[in-house]
Amino acid sequence: MSGVYVVLEDRSGRFSRISFEAIVAANTLAAQSGSKPTAIVIGAQTEALATEAATKGVAKVVRIQHPLLAQYTSDGFTYALQQFVAAESPDYIVFPHSYQVRDYAPALAARLARVLIGDVTAIGEGPVFTRSLMQGRLSGNYKSAGAGPCFVSVQSGAFRADSADSSPAEIATFTPTIDAAQIRTKPGEPFRGTAQTVDLGSAPLIVAVGRGIKEADNLPLVQDLATALGAELAASRPICDNGWLPIERQVGSSGQTVAPKLYLAVGISGAIQHLVGMKGSQCIVAINKDAEAPIFEVADYGIVGDLFEVVPALTEAIKAAKS
Amino acid sequence: MKIIVAIKQVPERDAQVRINSAGKWIEESDLQFAMNESDAYALEEALQLKEKHGGEVIVLSAGPERAGTTIREALAKGADRAIHIEADDLPQRDALGVAQLLAAAAKSENPDLVLTGLQSDDLGYGQTGVIMAELMGVPHASLILHVDKTDTGLAVKRELEEGWFQNIDLPLPAVLMIQSGGTKLRYATLMGIKKAKTKEFRKINSADLGAATAPTAVLEKITLPQKQKSTQIIPGSAKEAAATLVEKLKFEVRVL
Repeated sequence: MSGVYVVLEDRSGRFSRISFEAIVAANTLAAQSGSKPTAIVIGAQTEALATEAATKGVAKVVRIQHPLLAQYTSDGFTYALQQFVAAESPDYIVFPHSYQVRDYAPALAARLARVLIGDVTAIGEGPVFTRSLMQGRLSGNYKSAGAGPCFVSVQSGAFRADSADSSPAEIATFTPTIDAAQIRTKPGEPFRGTAQTVDLGSAPLIVAVGRGIKEADNLPLVQDLATALGAELAASRPICDNGWLPIERQVGSSGQTVAPKLYLAVGISGAIQHLVGMKGSQCIVAINKDAEAPIFEVADYGIVGDLFEVVPALTEAIKAAKS
Repeated sequence: MKIIVAIKQVPERDAQVRINSAGKWIEESDLQFAMNESDAYALEEALQLKEKHGGEVIVLSAGPERAGTTIREALAKGADRAIHIEADDLPQRDALGVAQLLAAAAKSENPDLVLTGLQSDDLGYGQTGVIMAELMGVPHASLILHVDKTDTGLAVKRELEEGWFQNIDLPLPAVLMIQSGGTKLRYATLMGIKKAKTKEFRKINSADLGAATAPTAVLEKITLPQKQKSTQIIPGSAKEAAATLVEKLKFEVRVL
């Protein structure tokens, strides 16, 4: 077998944490056949990245390098990897489940009459790939079928990245043929949204509110709890989508990633997109009326009940305890 | 602009889903269904583009007969006509198998633009639009919050991670996957609901769009998720539970 490959992702020359997690996932998969994965770095300048990747527990690093890969485009990355797959016939290609990968990996797989098994949270013997269904309420086990490479992307935080460096692996270069006319989209430079004035990342205590609050008029209830606790107020995506709280208070894959001492989730069901932004918290408390809400899968303490009764009672109890 | 919006009917948010006896899908008999959330935003974007630039909005959906109610809802909100690909085997198809149906039906309409939601709230593959673009041979962009028409095609705003964004120019025809929250959703008016009954509603049998290819990603088994932590559920009335939680926060978590 030609083995397991893992595509690493960088932003402005720095690997994202999820890239290292993807290496761990690729190692889990490669271990099933007693091998080690090969890392792939993609770009116009990949030497420094490749040198760093070579020490991250891989058997080999391949630099897929071309001037037209300087900036990410779905067309550029798909053509480059398509040619690499044709040359190397990999058995598995593991990706980080990033926004970028979601934008091109399904197209790459479809071009080869394959499909991406995306957002994988665990890899078992077989291999069997586990991913969430129904917004995290259920879990599905998937197997790859038919001939051709198996494409897998792994969820942020699902595999713990190894910090120890290994002795450097061999580095090779692969030069794809890409024509400028093949790249149909013109991407602009990334920019930040509104100026960030709240740094949730450094807040030791966070009270977060979700859809369960029902109306913007009910928000003071949760604000009072946050104030009593001395916590920052945060929210899940729907609250910010509705404009009830500014987007800078959003926790999750499209917002901030936080790991406070206490994360108190009020009326948040716990969709994966939210969980990836807060499941590293030291203590998670969830208040939700639905006992089956996925938030209870990551919570240390849970109160199953009506937040409109529990939250005011909790605010009072905290005030009493503090006075 | 001729715009196709691909939408999916999914179990209603917060529905209590149960695994069926075969362990391969959910028990559908007692579920309520609704339009997938990000697809509702795709529809809204399409309707706004039509209002600004003229043209036609065609709603396209694959699914069993019950999907008809969600398609009618899209017509009531303002879509001009509908195509329903009748298929009872969607859970057995992989993302490619479903996208093949949608792409085949979309292609025959020669649209300027195809919009879909970012991800379905049930299976959550998040791939349909990207694969449709590949099968239709047109460019795409995903996680789109805003769409402007330009002289040469489209200028779109794409969401990146952790509060970053990016503008992208792309030519038409194209496929966009719309992220939720970019705009405000409209409600169907009484007049809209009335009008929807007279709009063209075409049904296509999935078998007429070509034979289904064998899935390359097979969903073998559905289980309850493995608990990542052992959760202490605090019992009692609101007041009792609050008091107990404060004790925990004070003496175990030590944040009070």
